Amino acid sequence: MAVLDSPRIVSSRSQYADSYTLSRYLATGGYVALRKALTMFPEQVAAEVDAASLLGRGGAGFPAGRKWSMLRKSPVSYLVVNGDESEPATFKDHFLVERDPHQLVEGVIIAAYALQVSQAFIYLRGEFALGLERVQQAVNDAYAEGALGSKIFGSDFSIDLVVHPGAGAYICGEETALIEGLEGKRGFPRIKPPFFPAVTGLYGEPTVVNNVETMSNLPWIVNNGGAAFAALGAGRSTGTRLFALAGRVNNPGVYEIEMVKNTFRDLIYDPQLGGGVFEDRAVKAIIPGGVSAPWFGPELLDLPLGQDEVGEKGSMLGSGSVVVLDETTCVVRAAWRITKFFSRESCGQCTPCREGSGWIERAMYRLEHGGGRMEDMDLLLDLCDNIAPGLSWPPQQTTICVLGSSIPSSVHSAIKMFPDDFKAHVLHGGCPHD
Amino acid sequence: MSHFHPEIRQRAEELVALYPRARSAMLPLLHLAQEQDGYLSEAGIDEVAALTGTTSADVRGTAAFYDMFHLEPVGKYVVGVCTNIACLLAGGEEFLEHASQKLGCAVGSTTSDGLFTLEETECLADCDKAPCVQVNHRYVRTTTPATFDALVDELRDGKLDNDVPAHGTLIRVRRSGGLRVPRQEIVDQRALSTAARAQRAEEAK
Repeated sequence: MAVLDSPRIVSSRSQYADSYTLSRYLATGGYVALRKALTMFPEQVAAEVDAASLLGRGGAGFPAGRKWSMLRKSPVSYLVVNGDESEPATFKDHFLVERDPHQLVEGVIIAAYALQVSQAFIYLRGEFALGLERVQQAVNDAYAEGALGSKIFGSDFSIDLVVHPGAGAYICGEETALIEGLEGKRGFPRIKPPFFPAVTGLYGEPTVVNNVETMSNLPWIVNNGGAAFAALGAGRSTGTRLFALAGRVNNPGVYEIEMVKNTFRDLIYDPQLGGGVFEDRAVKAIIPGGVSAPWFGPELLDLPLGQDEVGEKGSMLGSGSVVVLDETTCVVRAAWRITKFFSRESCGQCTPCREGSGWIERAMYRLEHGGGRMEDMDLLLDLCDNIAPGLSWPPQQTTICVLGSSIPSSVHSAIKMFPDDFKAHVLHGGCPHD
Repeated sequence: MSHFHPEIRQRAEELVALYPRARSAMLPLLHLAQEQDGYLSEAGIDEVAALTGTTSADVRGTAAFYDMFHLEPVGKYVVGVCTNIACLLAGGEEFLEHASQKLGCAVGSTTSDGLFTLEETECLADCDKAPCVQVNHRYVRTTTPATFDALVDELRDGKLDNDVPAHGTLIRVRRSGGLRVPRQEIVDQRALSTAARAQRAEEAK
């Protein structure tokens, strides 16, 4: 049974049609947390976030508090919020920026205060035209309210916040590519070391990069305390999390549920959540954590939705996306489309990623569309192994950023889990589902 | 002589002033150039180069990296149909094929009347309403061929000009006022807060 009695931390206003307006925000406790934070010392605010052990909600799942404390010794110059959500089948930041932009802005100001940063940027995906309008309006409102600008709410703290539009590039979700985009350049990820944002970030200065959902959790944490947040969930996975459920389910959508207390089965089948698989079909596979993640078979449906729980089984919770492939799904087509995506979005700096993604895509294409060969499966696995040697999880990296090592996940999963489907494509001379 | 119309030029200058370095305004300025001309014209690129202190070649090279920027003229309405994983599972490929037939143009091309350009897009992050369609980066949420056809007809008749403005992701994004915190205030504040924190740490010992 799904556990649905946890507080809604980031989606509490979603039942209101006007959830994005300042008046609704103020009527539902908006900016109370910021006023409280300003009465605390900055390191006390940071300590609450540390106590919450809030894991970053972008994909890597690094503890936000620890990210900040790495910087406590030297002053931070910039705070950059990553709202370039582009991982396929991930749409929870889209939900947050359109539905509760003020919560995001308040969270950013709280983080900036904790870090004592006076210049912050929200990098929003360019395709979020409405999201850009709403977040910019929220920022304008916050200036008018005195929550942004010089000496906010009568305190000694000052901050400017700029909304920056992206322009269509998946790779800009990678934090160093995002910084390049913010510097007005092509979104080429930087090599680490030395370009860890915390050391050499925006304009070469120490920079904190955090995800939209991570920021949106902060008002609640300040209001209720880090301990209350940490009391939710279990183990390292504390609090609630937004899961973006998509694919062949009856009720796809964004659901906020307590970490670890629920399983993939709960998320997919509970009537208040996914409501079951389309036409009562069986689950063939699930893609947890975005298309960069290895797939799971139906035998893992009872796995709890927790960072370590999923990690131990060889995949990741990643971006909080869950895609359901049902028994009628052609996994060759699904894996081919995912590889086509990576091939298209590779920035082109590193050979294994640039060439490997295209090669895999072409081999997958011919399997799906006729012309596949039995030896293609070995060829594909060899190509995958060249990009991420050993095909282990977490993957070995041969490229500047993790886009490269994400390419093999779907193809490797599909071949390993469904070799007969591949053979059927070869014998049939194309897709047997067509 | 500015290529940008006075209102666009004004907005462009406001944007440049928001960033510590002018080049950072590159992406928003390119959005503005596209808003005015419908694509990135040579004159538009030259003006962005001048505003950001870069060269036209540099601007063109940067713009070419990003999917949303068009280096050649496109239709008044750019229709994007997603075929990535969630939309694939919801018939996105068939939907794209239908859109191509309805509009009478191949994927990646523009109708002969210059009204529509059809694109196959990557995931647009609206996967619970698959297959996902955007027109000029507005979610139109037409998930069936019939609603798509109705949408196209309405667009053609100009009935949706308010919901789907021609080009310009930033057409209704305007910051009220510029930066408010003087540079010196940031420097002073940082010095004070660092000293105060050091003192608290000292006292805690």
